[in-house]
Formats: sequence, C-alpha cells, structure tokens
Amino acid sequence: MADNKQVVADIDRSLYDFKDIENEKDFYRMEEGLTKETVLKVSEEKNDPEWMRDFRLQCLEHYENIKMPNWGPSIEGLDMARISSYVRHKSDMKGKWEDVPEEIKNTFEKLGIPQAERESLAGVGAQYDSELVYHNVKDEVAAQGVIYTDLESALHGEYADMIKEHFMKLVPPTDHKFAALHGAVWSGGSFVYVPKGVKVDIPLQSYFRLNAAGAGQFEHTLIIVDEGADLHFIEGCSAPKYNVANLHAGCVELYVGKNARLRYSTIENWSKNMYNLNTKRAVVEEGGIMEWVSGSFGSHTSYLYPMTILKGDGSKMEFTGITFAGKGQNLDTGAKVVHIGERTSSVISTKSISKDGGIGTYRSSVTIQKTAKKAKASVSCDSLMLDSISRADTIPAMDIRTNDADVGHEAKIGRISDEAVFYLMSRGITEEDAKAMIVSGFANPVSKELPLEYAVEMNNLIKLEMSGH
Amino acid sequence: MSEQSLLQVRDLSVSIDNELPILNRINLDIKPGETHVLMGPNGAGKSTLGFTLMGNPHYVVTEGNIIFEGQDITDLSSDKRAKAGMFLSFQNPYEVPGISLSSFIRNAYHAQTGAPVKLLAFQKSLKAAMEILSMDESYADRDLNVGFSGGEKKKAEILQLLMLSPKFAILDETDSGLDVDAVRTVSKGVEEYQKKKDGALLIITHSTKILESLHVDYTHVLVKGNIVHTGDGSLVDEINEHGFERFI
Repeated sequence: MADNKQVVADIDRSLYDFKDIENEKDFYRMEEGLTKETVLKVSEEKNDPEWMRDFRLQCLEHYENIKMPNWGPSIEGLDMARISSYVRHKSDMKGKWEDVPEEIKNTFEKLGIPQAERESLAGVGAQYDSELVYHNVKDEVAAQGVIYTDLESALHGEYADMIKEHFMKLVPPTDHKFAALHGAVWSGGSFVYVPKGVKVDIPLQSYFRLNAAGAGQFEHTLIIVDEGADLHFIEGCSAPKYNVANLHAGCVELYVGKNARLRYSTIENWSKNMYNLNTKRAVVEEGGIMEWVSGSFGSHTSYLYPMTILKGDGSKMEFTGITFAGKGQNLDTGAKVVHIGERTSSVISTKSISKDGGIGTYRSSVTIQKTAKKAKASVSCDSLMLDSISRADTIPAMDIRTNDADVGHEAKIGRISDEAVFYLMSRGITEEDAKAMIVSGFANPVSKELPLEYAVEMNNLIKLEMSGH
Repeated sequence: MSEQSLLQVRDLSVSIDNELPILNRINLDIKPGETHVLMGPNGAGKSTLGFTLMGNPHYVVTEGNIIFEGQDITDLSSDKRAKAGMFLSFQNPYEVPGISLSSFIRNAYHAQTGAPVKLLAFQKSLKAAMEILSMDESYADRDLNVGFSGGEKKKAEILQLLMLSPKFAILDETDSGLDVDAVRTVSKGVEEYQKKKDGALLIITHSTKILESLHVDYTHVLVKGNIVHTGDGSLVDEINEHGFERFI
C-alpha cells in the first residue's frame, strides 16, 4: 500500500503541466477549422463504415444549425476556426506497453498510468490527442467475456451492430451544439461490454491526455452493462497548459441493464486553457444502479452535468461530485436526473469550492415524470468560498409531476472561517496547511467514494490548488 | 525550580478593530511548572488574554510584549507559538468536518515536531490518553468536534494537551458547562499533564472544582482589562466565598 501511495504522493503541477517535446514529423495534424472536407478526412482517417461517415456529415449539418449555448459561462474565447479537430501519432495503437512510442510512454509513465494498471486495474486504455495509443485488458477479465476495446476497431468487429444500435442514441447530435460537433469529428474513446451476470471485481480505466496545442479532443465512451452485471469504470483526464484555447467535447453513453450496476468515476484535471464541454448520460433499466463520482479540478470553462434516465422500475442513481474553481476558472457543473419508472430514487450530493476569483456554479435538474409513482429524490449542494473575490452560485431546478414523490433539497453556501483556521494553527499547523485541511475535510465525503490512489490524488490536487500555483 | 521565566507578559495592551483597549498594560510572569489562575467577572477580558497569548490575529497588540523562553513572540503567528511549546484549550472548540480527531492530532504532532509519526506508537499513546479522560475510543475516528457534546469537546481539548505536551498551556474555561464527573475527569487529565511534563498552566476559570487536585501558585484577578490583584492559591477560595465585589 505504501508503494501505491508513492505513485501519487509525488504529484506536483509539473506532473500535469509538463509539455512533451513532440517531434512534429511523428504526428499527423489536421488543419484548423471545421468543414465538410475536414469531417470527411477524419472519417477517412478512421476507416469509418459508410453509415458512420453519413452520420458524421449529418452531425455537421446539425452543428451548423444549432446556436451556441447562451445560458452558461462565456465560451467566446473558443474559436473553432483555430481548433484542430484531429491529431494523432503516426504509429498504431499498441496492446503492449513496450511498443508505445517512447515520448508518449514517458508522458503516461509520469502520470503513473502503467503502474496503476499493474497494481489495481482490470484494464487500461490510454488516449493521446485523438487516438488511443494503448489498450489492454487483464486475461482473467477478458476470459469472463468482458469486451474493452477502442471504439474504432469495435465498429468493424463482432460488436459492430451493437455499437450501431447504441451510438449517440442516448445523446443525440441534436441535443446541443457540442454534441453535434462531437458526432461530426469524434475520435478515440472506449467500448466496454460486460455480459449478463458478469461482475468485474477491479476497475477498468481510460486515461485521456490532450497534448497538442490548439487541438480538440472528442473521444466517445460507450459502456453497456448487461443484465445483472457489475462494473466500475474510471476516467482520468489531463493536459499541459498552452496559451491557446483547447477544446474537450467528449461524449459518454452508459447503458445499465436490468439489476446491473455501473459506477463511473472521473478525476478531471484539464489545464486551465481548456474548454470542457462534455456530455455524459446514462439510462438505467429495472432494478439497475448507476453511481457517479465526479471530480472537476481543471479547465478554463466547464459545462458538465452528467444525466441519468431512471427508466426501469426501482432503478437508482447516486451522484457524488466536487468542483474546485480557482483563478480564472468558470466551472458550471452539476447533475441531471429524469425519473420515469416507479419507485425510482436519486441522490445528488455535490461540493463546490471557489478561490482566487474562481466561479463555481452548481446547476442541477430533477424531473419526476407522471409515470414515476413513489419516486424519491434528494439533492444537497454545499459551497465553500475561500475569499471574498470568489463566487459560488446554486441553480437547482425541480419539475415534479406526481403527487406522491418524496423530494428533499438542501443548499449551503459558506466561507472558510478565520476562527477555524486559528484553531488549527494554534496546534502548530501552518495557515496554508490549515486551510488545505479544512478544504480537504469539506471534500472528504467525495474522496472517500474514490479508490484509494485517486482519493490521495484528489487531496494532492486540493493542496496544489490551495498553495496557489 | 529554575528562576528563568517561561512566559513574560510586559505591559500588554490589546484591542479589536481600533476600539478602546480590552486589556490594559497586563503583566505576568510564569515560570516552568507553575500554575496560575486567572479569575474575573464576565467580560473582564480573560478569554481575550488567552487568545492574544496564542496569537489570534483578530486581537491586536497595541503596546507591550509577550516573551516566551526569552524570545519575543509578540509578532509570531499562532502556529509558530505552538511549535515553540504553547497551547490553548479553547472555550468553544471548532467543529471541522472531514478530519478525524486522531488524524488531526497526528497532523498537529507532525507539524510541531517535524518528525514522522510512528503510527502504532501514536495509536497506543492516544488510546492511553483517552483512557485517562474516560473517552470512548470511537471518538478518535469521529470528525473533529463534530456532534461532540460540550463535555466531549472539552475532553478532546485536554486529549490534545496530553498528546502534544506543550511547555505552557492556557485552559480557557475548560470546566465551564461540565457536570461534576466530567470536571473531575478533565482535571485528572490536567494533573497528568503537569506530572508528566512539569508544564506551566494559566487556568481561566469561574469555579474551583477544576483546581481541587492542583497546587495553585498564583491567582490573578482581572477586572475591566486590568489585573487588579495578584495573590496565592488561597485567593481562589476567598473569591469563591465572597465573589469579586471587593476588587470592583
């Protein structure tokens, strides 16, 4: 366990912000901007089946017709004409770590990915810019019939029909502008299928690294957990800091079968020039359970509201999230849930921390449809502001269409108290550490939901943010 | 006993937000191992003195000095005073969610000594200290002071005193709001501290129960920000009987 900790205990900002020296000739980089030609080029690069190519073009049309969102943080700094939607290393995806190109391997080594795989994961996918560079699943997990692969090869394999049936059905490209954009230029990501009744004991993980400046990352994650199956999937994201805007518009679609359970954990630490406009959605069948654990630390601007559709009777969801908005950051995060089935239940609990002028907005929506008899929903959001120049807003919406729903809502906004800081300092703890302890304590309900290594990483991220680097 | 002072307070005046001073030219001289008692009517400035000695930035020293082991600490931050060997048992300890009592003490211990904390040895001595204070072991894993009763909060303060074993401790109304048994338990803890460490104490109190098992060297009476009288231990009993009337 001590060794385990060592992996993440060393974390400092340089771990995320280091820029790898990319040898340009080793990379293929699409010209900036978004046109029919660029979309067709991505499609060709990816050797799409015909339906996918047509789908991309449809998405482009939607993209052109849908307006920019005007209800959230400003995304004026994002100019699609300056974003390259596709960057890849000229080598293919590898199934063996040794075969991954040296400079990319170094990046992931620094992030601790291969070590984490050896120690505590059932399988790992690593995406660098637009393409997966490495994918591997432990033999015993593969033997259970679990499929964990990149989406592109799945499109041509045994599960092609399953993908066609599910791809962007939960998040249709008409949903919003960036869903349409995603559909047009998506690349990379993972496909996971857990067959009926299979319980995967240790987590699978995907790690997304956007290394190129002025680029977009549009990975697609499609997870299908069949009846009675059980999976924990972990997603990690990071990028070095550049002074031009980068864009992340990923899409996550999760299908949770009857009496199945899926836990989806994310620690996102994008650099502070990133526009993170990510869409995540899950649909849960009868008796199924969807659990989200979500940590948002990085990015310049985020729009992130993982949504759960509780379709089957007795289905459940639990969302635990934390957002830390520091200097120059405007993070608009929360969760959505739609109750359709009877006796469905949802618990949303979030923590938001803002510091040095950062803006943290909690935005949620709970809908209980007429069919959702005896539904239960509880929302609680706590915000902590660390100084007087930071901001915390809470925008919870509820739409209840039944008369027997059990609904609870609780919101708290507070400041870090000087007296509490003095109390800790009077025991010999420095001011900086005292504040970090109070903030870590505030975040504790979230970190205890994470696997140990990630909880340690999250606490390190908090310390890092607190020290103001 | 060494004649060298541990804590010297010289002509100390204190105010908040540039208002009139709450404390006027206070002088104190505390030697290692001594027990001083500070008594006075409500609002006299007793807690202010405790906070000021410990370096709460809310209280501004307008004149005078605080000297600890020969070093002028008037401008030192609170954490540095703790590292130098000072301690304050709070009248109203803060609740800090998400940090357990034991990990808080461990963090504080580490911050003060700089040495790595040996987990097993630490747990053993924590358990022993909790036994002295009749604290249920489960409190070690509970969030710091969160949902503790008044009595458990005070015991948790004395637990920190025992674990951190400072050279000098201020106890700010550690006995207030406690029932007879709890006062006895807490004072057993204080006695243990003094026995183990030959620690010096400044006890701010309204009652005499916490003092029963301690030898009091000096008693100071604080009225309206001034120390109006200093006597020996017998002064405690006198005040207990007659109140502060003759000092006002």
